[in-house]
Amino acid sequence: MTRFSPRKSMNLLLSYVALSLIGLFAVFPFLWTFAISITDKTVASGVSIFDFPASLFPKAITFNNFIEVYTVFNLQKYLINSLIITSLTVVGTLIVSAMAAYPLAKLEFPGRDIIFGAMLATLVLPSETNFIVNVLTLNKIGLLGTYWGVVIPTIATAFGIFVMRQAYISIPSSLLEAARIDGATELQIIWRIMIPLARPALTALGIFTLVNTWNSYFWASVALLGADDLQPLSVAMLKLKGQFNHDSFNVAAGAMIMMIPVLIVFVAAQKLFMRGLEGAVK
Amino acid sequence: MRKSSLTITAYMLLLPALLLMAVFTFYPVLYGSYLGFTKYTAANLGSNTPPSWIGLENFRTVLSDELFRIGLINSLKYLIIVPILQLASLGVAVLVNRQIPGIAIFRAAYYIPVITSITLASVMWEWVFTRDGLLNWVLEVFRIIDPKSSFGWLLNPNTALWAIMLVTFWRGFGYYMVLYLGGLQSIPSELEEAALLDGASTWQRFWKITVPLMRPTILLCSLLSSLAAIRVLEEIIVFTNGGPLNSTYTVLMYVYQKSFGLDFDYGVASAAGLLLAIVGFILSYINFRVTREDAPTRGAKV
Repeated sequence: MTRFSPRKSMNLLLSYVALSLIGLFAVFPFLWTFAISITDKTVASGVSIFDFPASLFPKAITFNNFIEVYTVFNLQKYLINSLIITSLTVVGTLIVSAMAAYPLAKLEFPGRDIIFGAMLATLVLPSETNFIVNVLTLNKIGLLGTYWGVVIPTIATAFGIFVMRQAYISIPSSLLEAARIDGATELQIIWRIMIPLARPALTALGIFTLVNTWNSYFWASVALLGADDLQPLSVAMLKLKGQFNHDSFNVAAGAMIMMIPVLIVFVAAQKLFMRGLEGAVK
Repeated sequence: MRKSSLTITAYMLLLPALLLMAVFTFYPVLYGSYLGFTKYTAANLGSNTPPSWIGLENFRTVLSDELFRIGLINSLKYLIIVPILQLASLGVAVLVNRQIPGIAIFRAAYYIPVITSITLASVMWEWVFTRDGLLNWVLEVFRIIDPKSSFGWLLNPNTALWAIMLVTFWRGFGYYMVLYLGGLQSIPSELEEAALLDGASTWQRFWKITVPLMRPTILLCSLLSSLAAIRVLEEIIVFTNGGPLNSTYTVLMYVYQKSFGLDFDYGVASAAGLLLAIVGFILSYINFRVTREDAPTRGAKV
């Protein structure tokens, strides 16, 4: 700002007020839940999470709720399930996408346009009831109620393949020609040239997949119907809510344990999310 | 020789993706559509008998089912969120599309609900909506409601669906904000400056410049948001399971309950799913027509 103008600074002030109010709307559930999770519920006078505004500003702070929910609810089990399902999905998605994208980006072969078109079509196919047939299929091949049953149907996506294809296309073909003249096989080209040069796209795809899988609820709950011991945190969260109905402090601590890893990833890779999904595809 | 071996390599690399997509993306659409015309229940699974063709009977069952009708009405009612969510997201995008100190922090804060699992959101928002909850406290502080007549927002059939819509709004506006931000950055700033010199207010600039120029993005986001609205399911399961008194029962809730929730009747569930897909196609078609009709006149309007 070159010149002081009262009108302009008034506008700026109003903008910040509006921005802050919207910000409060976006994050107040987390602030409140965090406050509940660190509240010492053992104080003699007793505390209630619905005692406003006191429950928003805990007086006595403790981490006991975290320890309690971790041990009593056996949170560790669900945390490990989440970690296993998420890592298998991320690794699977990256491998499948990195492989399939290469011929679509860099090789000439009969049927390429048809395959590309079919993959595009998956974006508009009505897929909301696919879960019915997919459960029947998993049941038939004996994967229903296993980690792999949750993971396998989700790893081949048009989105993942397009992200990688876009990254490969921007790599100059002269590099590949040079490698071929030196006698490199196509697999060596992928491993030695494409993947190292497409690392930013791989990272982006990995992070999106990680956050989505960590949070995903419906498919995991259907594919693990009856296999309660394999459920990820996102599914077990509902059970936590039921079991500790009387103890919201533990529920809040459990919720925080589930949210913190996502927040860390988000803060570390913030720019990626802010560029939007289409930014990654572009 | 070289060429055919390249083709083999290409297909080998594509094989995992193609196989998985064929089995878990294309086959379900085809086989699911077929199931809609057959009798196929958990009993068939038990006795290992294949589905038997019964023509349109499942569709008759579904269309005459009061529950399906309730579900369809609620799914269509959910569309009310689309204009509100889209205008609000565009407004927020305009607000954060400036280079002022700290703006990145606000953008990031608005995106946090987007990366929040629906089950986590349900834990936190149930405390907001309950009778003694945060929402009622705020409304009481501002004397909007009387403490004596307060109620739990998710337990009242008149408010439950709206309460869930508020959570959809909360989890969605940051997502669409990012999509709109991308579009806004392509609007030439001279237009805004010219309007500013002509003395146009913020409100006028939003409606006369931003909205018309952003029309293609708005239409695309509205389509995405409409399809998500008629397919709402997860929010319903985690908050109310369709209750109270079926006031939040949606079409996909019907599909879910028919297939794995209660009845294990895959034929009827698939038929209901097909009917929902048709509604989705109609919405996409309307959007497509509006987008196309719109294109030639867009320049004239500005």
